[in-house]
Formats: sequence, C-alpha cells, structure tokens
Amino acid sequence: MSERTLIKSKLDAATAIHDEVLPAGEGWIHAVKKGETFRIVDLDGNQAADTLIYNLHDFSERYSALDTINSQGNIYLTTGSSLVSNLGNELMRITADTCGRHDTLGGACAAESNQVRYAIEKRYMHNCRASFMAALMSWGHEKRDITSNINFFMNVPVTPEGKLTFEDGISEAGKYVEMVATMDVAVVISNCPQLNNPCNAYNPTPVRLLIWGAHVS
Amino acid sequence: MASACLLFEEELRGGASFAHVLKRGTSLRITDLHGGANVPITLFNFELLVERYNMADTLKQQHTAHLTQGHCLYSDMGRVLCSITNDTVGWHDPIGAYSTRASVAKKYGAHDYQEFRNDWYTSTRENFLREIGKFGLSIRDLQSHINFFSKLQVDLTGSMHFVPGNSKAGDSVELRSEMNTLVIIDTNPHPLDPNPNYEPKPVHLSFQRVDAPAADDQCRNLCPENIRGFINSERYFL
Ligand SMILES: [Zn+2]
Repeated sequence: MSERTLIKSKLDAATAIHDEVLPAGEGWIHAVKKGETFRIVDLDGNQAADTLIYNLHDFSERYSALDTINSQGNIYLTTGSSLVSNLGNELMRITADTCGRHDTLGGACAAESNQVRYAIEKRYMHNCRASFMAALMSWGHEKRDITSNINFFMNVPVTPEGKLTFEDGISEAGKYVEMVATMDVAVVISNCPQLNNPCNAYNPTPVRLLIWGAHVS
Repeated sequence: MASACLLFEEELRGGASFAHVLKRGTSLRITDLHGGANVPITLFNFELLVERYNMADTLKQQHTAHLTQGHCLYSDMGRVLCSITNDTVGWHDPIGAYSTRASVAKKYGAHDYQEFRNDWYTSTRENFLREIGKFGLSIRDLQSHINFFSKLQVDLTGSMHFVPGNSKAGDSVELRSEMNTLVIIDTNPHPLDPNPNYEPKPVHLSFQRVDAPAADDQCRNLCPENIRGFINSERYFL
C-alpha cells in the first residue's frame, strides 16, 4: 500500500438508482442494501465526508476504526479495504478509489473538540457531531450510537516517531471512492462544516452520493 | 514532586479485569511486574456514562499517535478524564485493537473454564463487556481504548508493526484522574503481539490520593489544547 494505486469504477452514473448532491455542512442517513454499490464524489476537492456505517437491522453492530485498521494491518483506507464492524464482520468493501488514501483515525469534529482544538469560544460553530446526532435521532438512535468514523478524502498521516499530522488534502475535484455493501447497512454522512482547519482551505463544499443496485456492472 | 497518599493496592493477574471509579484527585499507578505486559484500558465519565474516552480527539488534540507522560486522555466532550503524570515506558498504544473470544481461540486455541479453571483463556472484549455491564453499559458503549505498555509503530506506507520488548519489568505508568472517571482495566495480550503462546502478564495497581494539578503542571501545559481541556474539566466541577 506504499504507492497509492488508483482504481477507477466501471459504473455509469446514468444507471444509478440514487443520485443526489449533499451540500456542505449537511447530514445524511440512508440504507445501502447487500450487494449495492455506494459512491461518494468529492465535487470540488479536499472536502471531508465523515462517515459512519451500521448493520441496518441492529445498530449495536457498527463500523470500528480499530478493528478495520488492525484487520488489514494498515491505518489508511483505499481499494481493497474491508470496512469491519465492532463484531469483526465486514460491513462494506472499498472497490474503487481515485483518491488513493482515506483517514479513519482523525475522528469527527464536535462543538466540544472545537473548543479544545481552536478556542473555547468555538463551541457555537456547526460541527459533524451535530449532523451525526440529527441523522441518527431521525431514525430513533442516540449519541451513544455515534462511534468511530471514516474521513473520506482526508489525509492524516502517522509518522514512525508516533506523531499524528493533518496534511493538505491529496484529493481534488472529481475524485471519488466507491464501496459495495457486504450486508444491509445504514450509512450516515456528515459533510463536514469545519471552518477552522486549513485542510479544506476554510471552505466546505458539496459531495455527490450515488447508489447502484446489486448485480450491475 | 507532588505528595501522594496510598489508598490501596493490589495485583491484577494476567487475563483478568477490574473496574474502579477513579475519583478526581486520585491516581492509579500501574506497574509491569515481569515485563511485556499489555493493559487495555477504557474510560467513562462516571456521572455521565454516555461521555467516554475518545481516541480520535485524544490523538488529534495533542498531535500524537502514541501516548506517554504529559499526555491527557480526552473524552468525546472536550474534557480531560485522566492525565499521564508519570511514565517510565515512553510509548503506549492508542490505535491497536483488542482481543475477542474468537481471536484468542484462533491464535492460541480454545481453553475453557471447565478444563482450565482460572487459567482459562479470556479476551479483552469479554472482560470489558463484563465490567461495563455492571454499570448498565453494553457493546454500544465500547468505542476505543488504550493498550498501555504496548508499542505499535506505523511506517511511511501506513503499515502497523508491533514492537516487542517495549516495557521492562518494573516499568510503570501513572494516571491522575481529572474527573470522576470509571476506569475499566484488562490484562489480555495485544492482538498483534507475535508471541504464539497465551501468556498474559500480571500488573500491580496502586491507588493514591494526589495533589490537584498546579498552574505549572506538565500535562496542563503540554500544548495550548491541554490548557483548554483542563479548563473544560474544571468548569464541569464548578
Ligand atoms: Zn467535521
């Protein structure tokens, strides 16, 4: 996984069964059924799509960053990465990726973490946890169901000396990541509204979300 | 050096778990008795159990991917649950997973209680669930933890490597509680430890009453983020 291998998709947007643009700062929750393919497109570049994944039928089974990176022995996500649940099962698998590396250690922004990272007064700025909460509560779930997330299109390298750094994005306009559902899942996205971090040039932008039915090629 | 008053101490055998509410103003010193220990720990705000240790916030707020003296363990609510006030090891692993019954059986073979009595093979997830269940929590509440005494190094390609020999006999780490923190402790081996034998190591636990962090406290002043994290914890108790 040293060289970023970019794998393109064969799927045509015209055949998608779901196709929408999620504006910056918005939350989203949607079912992706077993065998369906889900694509996130970074429309304008270096936008963070903070993503949670759940077993559609039992939200106590959910994406686990630690189980995922430990099962593949590598901290970055790209084509071939198995997105593993807290019970050790594969929820989804990344099948195409034109960005080449995605983060799952950096977590999601929150009012309270913004206070620590930037300034106590930043509490009032919109944040990913607020979007996660709204999306989860709309389906009857709650804060304790918020768990570790994936930051698609984010670049958060770890050094051999054990430092964690937020680097400029390696994504750009039109890059996408695509994954197939191994079981029926619910996907929650917070299209990050972060205005304090230079990663996105202080300018959150929209993403495009597409779903293809099972057995398309 | 801050003054400390011993409250109690005990030995935690290998493969065992323990839960304790580490009150604000107390500390827990964990000593690796034989070397090579692995001590998975997860933390909650005892008064608000939906507030829990958060790996991502802990790492990004301190720009680190390993933990040692001076670092704080953050909740998902921007507060410091505990700070690491002493450490002779130098590197504790916050990104490794924990063992499960299935992973232990696959790696070491199944060893049940019927045959092996208290030498049976346990796993961190089972032990964590058993302890947090006593506080009304479930698998939904397990999110992340720290593997104290273990070292995972990440190379430039992102690959993770377990570094043997990280902790020696007599090495210790001390956690000072900045809140009333529910601490869940286990002593199962790290899932990436290449040792083919199930040899969980015992540790010594020492609970002490300690002075409140001073203005020049090392953990508070490690970085501007920690100053604000301490402010958030202190405001909680006003
Ligand atoms: Zn965010």
